[in-house]
Amino acid sequence: MSATDRDRALEAALLRRAEHWKAANARAQRLAREPATDLADATKMSDDYRLLAHDLARARRLIPNTRTREYLEAAYVRAHATLYRKAWHPGRALLTLFRDEIPAVVRWLTPHIIWATTIFIVTVFAGYWMVHTYPDLIGLFASPDLIATVERGQLWTEGILNIVPSSVLSLQILTNNIAVSLFAYCAGFVFGLGTLYILGLNGLMLGAVFAFTSQHGLAAALFRFIVAHGCVEISVMCLSGAAGAAVGEALIRPTHGDRMESFRIAALRSGKLLIACAVLLVGSGVIEGYISPRPLCPLWARLAIGIGYWFLMIALLRGWLFPRPTPAATAATSRTPPTTPSPTAPQA
Amino acid sequence: MHNARDLVVDSVTGVDLALPVAGPGARSYAFLIDWVIRAILFTAWYGLAAVIYNHRWTFIAPLSPDAKWFVIVVMPAAAMYFLYHFVLEIAMHGRTPGKRMAGVHIVTREGGSPGVGALLTRNVFRLVDGLPVLYGVGLITTLATRDHVRVGDMAAGTLLVYERPDVLLPEPVATNSLSQHPLRSSDAEIITELLQRWPQLDSDARHRLATAVLSRHDFNATLERHNSDAAAPPPHELASATSQPSNTPTSSPTDARLRAQLERLLRGTQ
Repeated sequence: MSATDRDRALEAALLRRAEHWKAANARAQRLAREPATDLADATKMSDDYRLLAHDLARARRLIPNTRTREYLEAAYVRAHATLYRKAWHPGRALLTLFRDEIPAVVRWLTPHIIWATTIFIVTVFAGYWMVHTYPDLIGLFASPDLIATVERGQLWTEGILNIVPSSVLSLQILTNNIAVSLFAYCAGFVFGLGTLYILGLNGLMLGAVFAFTSQHGLAAALFRFIVAHGCVEISVMCLSGAAGAAVGEALIRPTHGDRMESFRIAALRSGKLLIACAVLLVGSGVIEGYISPRPLCPLWARLAIGIGYWFLMIALLRGWLFPRPTPAATAATSRTPPTTPSPTAPQA
Repeated sequence: MHNARDLVVDSVTGVDLALPVAGPGARSYAFLIDWVIRAILFTAWYGLAAVIYNHRWTFIAPLSPDAKWFVIVVMPAAAMYFLYHFVLEIAMHGRTPGKRMAGVHIVTREGGSPGVGALLTRNVFRLVDGLPVLYGVGLITTLATRDHVRVGDMAAGTLLVYERPDVLLPEPVATNSLSQHPLRSSDAEIITELLQRWPQLDSDARHRLATAVLSRHDFNATLERHNSDAAAPPPHELASATSQPSNTPTSSPTDARLRAQLERLLRGTQ
């Protein structure tokens, strides 16, 4: 048998499988929209994938410039996308995120957190020193309205609830804080310089405003205002800065493959921490809207709330708030025969 | 086999996939459509909710807005605008209405649908891509990078590829599968297409294309005209022939004879 005859025979055998391709294509389309009905349906999908791959390889060689080959290419891509689509279990994914992944990210980011916190503290002192030494420099960090209010012997936060309701104030604050936090993370793309700028600017502003209020005898009042929400809010700023620094470092000193691959891994990994940061900032916003502006709330209560919420933050970041499966439960789970699997789980 | 702008994905089967990467044009087109939809949704919700809130035909915010104003009017409208991409990309597996209209969708570098984490990262980085105005950073990186990705795509490990158009499996080829058949499947597809387009072709095109195909297969063709056309027409010639504006085609006895010969060739009978 000549090579041409052999190819003709292979081609004819290949084309006789058209009905299988149609069935495989239809199954891939159906399972892309809805879960499998039974185990056989799900496992058939992986058989289909292999069938399409095998036939496509033959079609590429035997009949490269045909609609049949194009059909097989499309069916193969569709089967691949369906097969490799991750199963959607939002509850389990959230539990894993907060119980396992975020604590792991925090451990990985510990050096970055230490550095970001150090930079923030240094800039707070720098801002304090600058305005304490050169009071006119407050114009660089605060608005004219804020300066005028403090010079009248008042904090800009006094009477704020008479103007804006607590709920609205909370929403505005948490939205702004989350945006700043996300910016601090994303700005790491500029080799970490953007993150450094946001961290430094916020630190300088805090220090400068403290120096300015202390010059007018309002530092204690300012401390009283920020202590309930500020402990977590400032910590979250440092956490976001650490996430941004990790992104920047990945670009400066790639650790996985090339620079882009390293950036991708760092961004995806450290980005998980931003979800915890956003959740924490919602709590901070609520405290800042409802508790911090209330003049009747005593200092001890504010301190208790601030410190208590900070420890809650630590517990969240360490994964202590969510129960871990006991070894016995894990072993029992591993012995349980699998129920109907999702056809969309990776089948590598 | 693959184009330079294809994303080639290795598979566990050993047979790679080729996904054509979408360029800045398709991306911009999809974005513009989505932006218009977002703007319409935002405006519609804001307007309707503001009228309901104010109990009269005015969209103006109150001088001292209360929580109800934010909860009913501002927050849903803002959520529609800012969470549009993220929510729809999750719900539609890497697509949005704009992307669907532009024929593109998001995939990971492994060719699969991106997860929630990747889509979230991709959309958070819009803060950078949107700088300084009108997605300047995003547009520049899309133009400058090999895979036409913006910063968000780099961070999430995603890219936009064209949807593969639905291709119909040619029926005659699928059924006409005897190894003794004189036609290769590529030739059979050409004849099938020619027969399918026969009514749209003018008489000259019918003769030219049919005689070329028949003579190539040493078929007992009736070569009354265009005897010099010996080579079979490639598929693109078929396409261009049908795309030319033709007068209302008339069927002559010669046309009918040629068509019958093509059908016999397709069936495998001389």
